[in-house]
Amino acid sequence: MNPPRPRPRLDQENSAFWTGGAQGHLNIAKCGDCGQYTHPPRIICRHCQSENIASDSVAGTGVIDTFTINHQPWAKGLEVPFVIARVALDGVPGVYLTTNIVNCPVDAVAFGDAVKVVFEEQDGVFYPLFEKVA
Amino acid sequence: MASKEAYITGIGQSEVGVRLPRHPLLLTLDAAKEAIAEAGLTFDQIDGVFSFPGKSHGYLAFSPVGTDEIIEALGIKSKWHMGGMEQPAQLSAIGMASWAVKQGICRHVLCFRTVYEAGGIADPAQYMPARSETVSGASQWTSPFWATSAACWTAQYAARHVHQYGLTREQLGQIAINGSKNAMLNPRARAITREELTLDKYLDARMISTPLCLYDCDRFSDASTVVIVSAGDALDEIRCEPIRIAAMSGSVDRYSWDQVEWPAAYDAGRDLWTRTDYTPADVDTVQFYDGFAFLPITWLEGLGFCEKGEGGRFIEGGTRIARDGQLPLNTAGGQLGAGRLHGFGFAHEAVTQLRGRAGERQIPGDPRVAVATSGGGPLAAALLLTKD
Repeated sequence: MNPPRPRPRLDQENSAFWTGGAQGHLNIAKCGDCGQYTHPPRIICRHCQSENIASDSVAGTGVIDTFTINHQPWAKGLEVPFVIARVALDGVPGVYLTTNIVNCPVDAVAFGDAVKVVFEEQDGVFYPLFEKVA
Repeated sequence: MASKEAYITGIGQSEVGVRLPRHPLLLTLDAAKEAIAEAGLTFDQIDGVFSFPGKSHGYLAFSPVGTDEIIEALGIKSKWHMGGMEQPAQLSAIGMASWAVKQGICRHVLCFRTVYEAGGIADPAQYMPARSETVSGASQWTSPFWATSAACWTAQYAARHVHQYGLTREQLGQIAINGSKNAMLNPRARAITREELTLDKYLDARMISTPLCLYDCDRFSDASTVVIVSAGDALDEIRCEPIRIAAMSGSVDRYSWDQVEWPAAYDAGRDLWTRTDYTPADVDTVQFYDGFAFLPITWLEGLGFCEKGEGGRFIEGGTRIARDGQLPLNTAGGQLGAGRLHGFGFAHEAVTQLRGRAGERQIPGDPRVAVATSGGGPLAAALLLTKD
């Protein structure tokens, strides 16, 4: 049994990201003026400084940009090994998510694998994890 | 009066150990006394104190001593002081000190970095972070996925190098092996490295986060390192050979570990050479931050000692980076071999080599130009140090 995941402190900027999974949505902040995405989420667009920015429900698919197989139990009881990956999101240029690849053996993960989001809930926070697209 | 140039003059270092009983303030005093004595100064002549990252109140083991405390404890009459983490990286505290003397605000600045990350574990109530219910800031984007250590973040970059450019474990292992060879000749590294690391032992080591194994991660230590930065027009007060801070850089395009393809070492590395007539071909030795073994590869490539992606082949077999090689690297052992001094050890060793005072580990010839760097991910600071 794994220990609980570290829990992000919810605030005005990050709540849409961490709770969007309740509706099955992967939310990324998008500018209503220039149309570009800002991640980590902010209340201003990092490309054009517009305040007209809101969370956008994106496709929730992507490809593995890079990954590491983690063998070190960083917390008591943490089951290893597991995969920590950086996923490049489809349709969201320039945005990557650090995440875990789940529901497959660690040696089944490869660069460029197509993946899709699966949410893991813990006390109202929806952690966006990814699994390989079959 | 403003001075055109800034120099590193006195350098000092405390004992380096694991779970040293000596209080970190006293370790800082040990290093400061050695540096002051070498420079031929007294504490009365120190008029500035700079550090990175400042006293870390929530996690004292990481940084147990503040600049304000040093002013008080050592009786320094300071004209400017600064300790903070919001700067390019560890060595940028020395960079800031060079600005203070060039502006004419200070004449002799004491710069220090004290760590108590091994000793602190033995006294968690005093030195370790309080348990937190939540994560916030940058760590909220990594810790929830158990990417809680910079080892995992660095491993992501290293793994792509393996995939894209064919970096091998045999190549990567040369950083730790070279560090251990040099550490064996460094009297201050005795508590950290007791025997030379072999390639077989390296390849057998347990993995931390692929491709980084145990020997690719530096080891918590207790130590203080001091560097004194003096104004060019104050050198008549100095007894040791001054080493010029010829250029520095601390560029970063995005402050993130995971939203960029290349860590800031590439930005800072590129920009260092825009501020000097020296080129990579002039460099006699490099002291590159190796909190994780992959980081020196980013500095080799970022500073243009080889092409992007060629770092693994550059260090292959270890001969090029050995003490008698074309580009001696981490001649005191680096942090992998000589302990996690957290950045300042690289400036200390660069100055030691340029002065020809490295004893058994002294590189051949008459080294005149060195590069010292610190940082990984979005942290990056480089100093070009010259004897000219």
